[in-house]
Amino acid sequence: MNTKSINRLIDSAKLLLVVVIACLLVSLIILSVSEEPGVAISSFFLGPFTSLRRIGNIFEGAVPLIFTALAVTLIFRAGQFSMISEGSFFIGITGAMMVGIALPLPPVVHPAVALLTAGIFGAIAAAIPALLKLKWQASEVVTSIMLNYIIQFFALYLVNYHFREPEASSLASLKIAESAELPCIIPGTKVHLGLIIALVCCAVLWFYIFKTRQGFRIRLVGDNARFSSYVGIKSALVMVGAQILAGFVAGLGGGVEFLGMYTRFKWTSSPGYGWTGIAVALLARRNPILVPFAALFIAYLEVGSGIMARSSDVSAEVVDIIQGVIMLMIAADALLQGWKQRLIVHSATEGGKA
Amino acid sequence: MSNPALSMKNITKVYPNGVVANRDITFEVNTGEIHALSGENGAGKTTLMKILFGEEKPTSGSIQIGGKEADIKNPQDALRMGIGMVHQHFMLVPSLTVTENVILGIEKRKGLGIDYKSAEELVGEMGRKYNMYLDPRAKVKDLSVGQKQKLEILKILIRGAKILILDEPTAVLTPQETGELFSELKNLRSQGFTIIFISHKLDEIRELCDRITIIRHGETKGVFTLDDITDEKLSQRMIGRDVQLTIDKPECKRGETILSVKEVTVSGDGEKPLLDKISFSLHSGEILGIAGVEGNGQSQLVDAITGMGPYDGGEIRFCDLIIKQGEIRKIRQSGMGYIPEDRMTLGISPSLSVTENMIADKINESRFFSRAGIVKSKDIDDFSKKMIGDYAILCQNGEVEISSLSGGNIQKVVLARELSSSPKLIIANQPTRGVDVGATEFIRRKLVSLREEGCAVLLVSSDLNELIGLSDRLLVMYGGKFSACFKSLSGVDGQILGRYMLGLDHQDESEISRSAM
Repeated sequence: MNTKSINRLIDSAKLLLVVVIACLLVSLIILSVSEEPGVAISSFFLGPFTSLRRIGNIFEGAVPLIFTALAVTLIFRAGQFSMISEGSFFIGITGAMMVGIALPLPPVVHPAVALLTAGIFGAIAAAIPALLKLKWQASEVVTSIMLNYIIQFFALYLVNYHFREPEASSLASLKIAESAELPCIIPGTKVHLGLIIALVCCAVLWFYIFKTRQGFRIRLVGDNARFSSYVGIKSALVMVGAQILAGFVAGLGGGVEFLGMYTRFKWTSSPGYGWTGIAVALLARRNPILVPFAALFIAYLEVGSGIMARSSDVSAEVVDIIQGVIMLMIAADALLQGWKQRLIVHSATEGGKA
Repeated sequence: MSNPALSMKNITKVYPNGVVANRDITFEVNTGEIHALSGENGAGKTTLMKILFGEEKPTSGSIQIGGKEADIKNPQDALRMGIGMVHQHFMLVPSLTVTENVILGIEKRKGLGIDYKSAEELVGEMGRKYNMYLDPRAKVKDLSVGQKQKLEILKILIRGAKILILDEPTAVLTPQETGELFSELKNLRSQGFTIIFISHKLDEIRELCDRITIIRHGETKGVFTLDDITDEKLSQRMIGRDVQLTIDKPECKRGETILSVKEVTVSGDGEKPLLDKISFSLHSGEILGIAGVEGNGQSQLVDAITGMGPYDGGEIRFCDLIIKQGEIRKIRQSGMGYIPEDRMTLGISPSLSVTENMIADKINESRFFSRAGIVKSKDIDDFSKKMIGDYAILCQNGEVEISSLSGGNIQKVVLARELSSSPKLIIANQPTRGVDVGATEFIRRKLVSLREEGCAVLLVSSDLNELIGLSDRLLVMYGGKFSACFKSLSGVDGQILGRYMLGLDHQDESEISRSAM
């Protein structure tokens, strides 16, 4: 076994271990809070597979996560830590809503224009912290988090004062034109065309990061910015470019989610897909091809927790704890390091003597 | 003499990336001797010493100190057992005084404060006793490199070390300072101290040491009494074949001016400019060497020429291009290659593959990327295979992470990248530092053959033999200026250069500026 395959083996084992420990912890927590743990645990783990509609829910739930995780992947690959995917996603929703309500366009063209607008809105939002860093070295971590709040309230303002449904008692926008909606692709569920768009995005971004010149630049800059400057790359511009593209992807995700799942804007706060996207991106090892699997796993946990909350005495908040645990475990890179070292020692000493 | 001060038995060390640094090494040092530990870089000398000093854990094997089994978990354990190490890079706090640096971590208290007075007395007394006196109140930042090294040695002596490990201590010293260090070390030996001297400079080992242990590819290649073995045999043991210690260099065929530096100044933050109106020119087919003790403006000069750093007066012209900071793509496209001093932070992208590191500067070339910007995988692989072959880079294949390679092989990747872009000018900053003898020979030959092809080479090095052996002309830097320029290297030796490097001698300015052109 060479070092590369050892690394791959350990990485997969680690991923599996993360999943297993997460599931064990779910069971433990449930056991400690529930009067009827058997019902709760089975509804959590098996519930999501009991009907086509519920399986559909997993896929629906994965779609927004795929987009935000892709955005996070791009930003992290460029060595940046902007948290803007949350804001880009939300402003993307807003953009798609504006086009969906205000622009009368024929079918096919209508969602296309709405999605493009969503992407551009998201890109503009992501450009702000990137440019602030370029110009004044302001930490993108701080500015992006602050900007997320500004975006949230700006979006709510737009809905409340310009697109509000006057009849509705709670906050809701006008209904978008039917021509703008994304069609459902699996009858009996709400799985919509957005899933296909998300998977295509994964493939495209994988190709972009690993097989194109610009992707190579991004990886160089993200791995060692000094080195990339030394070989003549304008590192700062590559960083900005990657963040703008990431903003576009997250904004597009917002548009897709909105046009596929909703007919009105009903959020009263930013939905948090950007944050969960970080966990998904890390779980997927910053590799776009693995993003859908990681997103499906997280979505499965969310669907399961929803079912459990409805059919047992355990609250849905449990899943938030589990997500926290998963984040911690992904970050704990030292996991299994001992086993890896033993395997490497073995292969190095055996192989070396042969 | 059979009373080993220490013996390391069957030491094996495997690093997490799979590199076997030490394989079943047995190493013994007698009390009261200076023992050389020698071998190519990447052979495993430093690893072995780090194990002894408790900085690395051996995968297997045992250590005995003074005949007793020793379990050394960390440097504190090592010091307690009387083992001290002076690292290649000094571990001192520049803004503190000599005394403060010595007592850092072992301060004696006096009431609420620290007992400086007795500490100063101790430092002075120890300094006199071992013939290494330093002003206890001097700030470390005002000390010379040689004095800093004395301080490092004092530091471990005061901590009670009886066995001293010195990791390539002469790499940063001028010949004069080296001489001084050697007499101090001999003095310590006569007082019963045991010294392990890591080096691959044969002449120094011969002058100083009693016995030598040679390591190659992580294995012991023998222990010899130095009086019994010839230089040729030693170097053959070290690298496993006969090595040509001198390089044949055909007559210099000097061509047109490639690089012209005119009155270039770098102000810096201090009162004295880091570079003070220096001028020289470099021609095709010529190797221009730059000597100097580190920190006399060499790095500012290299940064300015390569566009990595600023200069605020004068002009640097490379062929038709006037160099400006940051315009590196333009500079590279005009044909400048740069082998940086600090290859780990500037010369490679550590978690990318060997292949990706090789083509990182060729990102705009149509042979590796289609017009739409898509990689041409096959062309890249072919190129990488060819380079790995041509430069004899030791790696499983081009796909492995570059940081899993040894220092010498990483440097070869840097070289392969920089030299394969058909450069007109190569800036080589310490190209063979930390590189094993075999790779050093390879790199030097490459530089000479480039010169034969009409390339201009600017060679900045702290290895005086390398400078004297390779350069057609040689400039010596001192305090941001040139203190000498040699148009011919015949008759120039380390002693002469050393005096100019330390600023003891100075050539006439007009003479320098004439021969620097």
